[in-house]
Amino acid sequence: MNRIAQAFDQQGKKALIAFITGGDPNIEMTKQLIIAMAHAGVDLIEIGIPFSDPAAEGPVIERANIRGLASGTTVNHLFDMVKEVRKTVQIPILLMTYANLIFAYGKEKFMQNCQIAGIDGLIVPDLPLEEMGEFKATCGEYGVQQISMLAPTSTGRIEKIVEQAEGFLYCVSSLGVTGMRSSLETTIGDLIEKVDGKLPCAIGFGVSTPEQAKAMAQLADGVIIGSAIVALIEAHGEASVAPVTAFIQAVRKELD
Amino acid sequence: MNDETKFGEFGGQYIPETLMKTIEELTAAYAHYKEDPTFQAELKELFDQYTGRPSLLYHAKHMSEQLGGAKIYLKREDLNHTGSHKINNVLGQVLLAKKMGKKRIIAETGAGQHGVAAATVAALMGLECHVFMGYEDTQRQALNVFRMELLGATVTPVMSGTQTLKDAVNASLKEWVTRLDDTHYVIGSVVGPAPFPAMVRDFQKIISEEIKSQVLEREGKLPHTVIACVGGGSNAIGAFYDFLADESVRLIGCEAAGKGIDTAEHAATLTTGDVGILHGMKTYFCQDEFGQIKPVYSISAGLDYPGIGPEHASLFETKRAEYVAVTDDEAVDAFYYLSRTEGIIPAIESAHAVAHAIKMAPTMKPDDILVINLSGRGDKDVAAIARYRGVDINE
Repeated sequence: MNRIAQAFDQQGKKALIAFITGGDPNIEMTKQLIIAMAHAGVDLIEIGIPFSDPAAEGPVIERANIRGLASGTTVNHLFDMVKEVRKTVQIPILLMTYANLIFAYGKEKFMQNCQIAGIDGLIVPDLPLEEMGEFKATCGEYGVQQISMLAPTSTGRIEKIVEQAEGFLYCVSSLGVTGMRSSLETTIGDLIEKVDGKLPCAIGFGVSTPEQAKAMAQLADGVIIGSAIVALIEAHGEASVAPVTAFIQAVRKELD
Repeated sequence: MNDETKFGEFGGQYIPETLMKTIEELTAAYAHYKEDPTFQAELKELFDQYTGRPSLLYHAKHMSEQLGGAKIYLKREDLNHTGSHKINNVLGQVLLAKKMGKKRIIAETGAGQHGVAAATVAALMGLECHVFMGYEDTQRQALNVFRMELLGATVTPVMSGTQTLKDAVNASLKEWVTRLDDTHYVIGSVVGPAPFPAMVRDFQKIISEEIKSQVLEREGKLPHTVIACVGGGSNAIGAFYDFLADESVRLIGCEAAGKGIDTAEHAATLTTGDVGILHGMKTYFCQDEFGQIKPVYSISAGLDYPGIGPEHASLFETKRAEYVAVTDDEAVDAFYYLSRTEGIIPAIESAHAVAHAIKMAPTMKPDDILVINLSGRGDKDVAAIARYRGVDINE
């Protein structure tokens, strides 16, 4: 069983997925945060590669992209860092990246380095079903799973999406970009029912408090938290390990 | 259905899953109305009665004589209502949005020409209009900001990234994905995910159709060369499209070389860029080795874009069209030249095409017809050009 499947195979326990932007505020902190979050009870970690034009992100993660670029972080630094982290961390690690960063790097070399570093999968927000073919074969060659997304607007597309999906389905809670929402109204639960257990489903976008995480987890197999963690990193910088750990523990407690 | 999702390897639909349903609906609606005689008749009526089409094809006698080569014609898209070719596309898209039951349009703008056209047509058709404009561009084109507001639009300055056109596109995409049901995103150029590049081209191809019939009528033959400026590339594709099958006609696009393509300050995408993926499409972009999009620069806010329409990327690869780079200095000289030679002040964007024609015309024969697409008028640029030449005036 690969690592992603393991994250969702915990006898009814909901998977907690955490997102942070690589190199925010620097690559050493990204490493420490991954290790701390894994210990605090995160089941899967997504690392965003900082990009000049993160068009799917709200202001919190957009600013994290700017900080990541300002710290000089490239995808090569992330590969090296994950290789280090893999000495102690066994939970699945995914890269969240815009398609251009893979395309410019060269898909072959990119997937090969993912495999070497121990990266289990990719989330590419600007690759819908129609363009999944761009990297799919190369991903398969190097054992890197490409995660598909499901949105509230995907009603007529579920079957086709599920048919080719692997790992888990990243279910977008609501319209819009990433970021914290004070109230979270979602119809994604109806879509998840139609997935009919063919693949684990995790809900992300706007999940920012332990209470919201609990509510969303009831609709799915797991929840994805990004902006709320990134906001703590923005506020605490190099001292963010403690508050991020406390936050993860609070969410974990609420979920279990 | 005419499937033009890709142009060779370029184009596509590189957008979030959330947007796909809306893009599918738009694709279907456009495929339907494209073949609908009522829609086409309504659009023609707007083109003729509101914009003032067909636009003139003006024989630039003084310019032709002074340069001593080709016989030069100017396609006067600057005479359209709102002062540029942008209105052609906006009329088409807003009419379509209205048929689709949308209540609101959003648009990005660089120089403000597309934003002004969008605000104008929204006022005409009774839709709400929200324009996103890079903060730096709102400063460069302050008059156009007020013009859009005068027309009833809301203008939001975009503070992120380089605060120019590409960031305005990012902001518009983010707004669209937040509010899909009642909103249509009127993309201003032949960029973005399919169906936009082909649809915007279809609304702009009237330019080349008119050039062809006007030149044939006056000269009894096809032009030798058609020249247009290229940012995203909508006026250029409009001026080229009906000539694509006429292989004798040379098609030349002029990119912004800013302070020179050997400097870091330019927007010469095809001349210096690499293939990449952004804003829903695969095409050429100015980017670094890791795929980070580079800040671009041009004196012209309308050409200040790091990418180019995917159909141009394809025409570049197949060599059906040629692309050259024109510097700020050359464009400003051409801006003065056309103003003083023909009494026509061109948009600084269009002045890039004029500049290349000035270089090329003397090498051509007197019976060669050279057409310059004068995509917009230069009133909006007067204050900026004065500042460029060291004269500090208020708009």
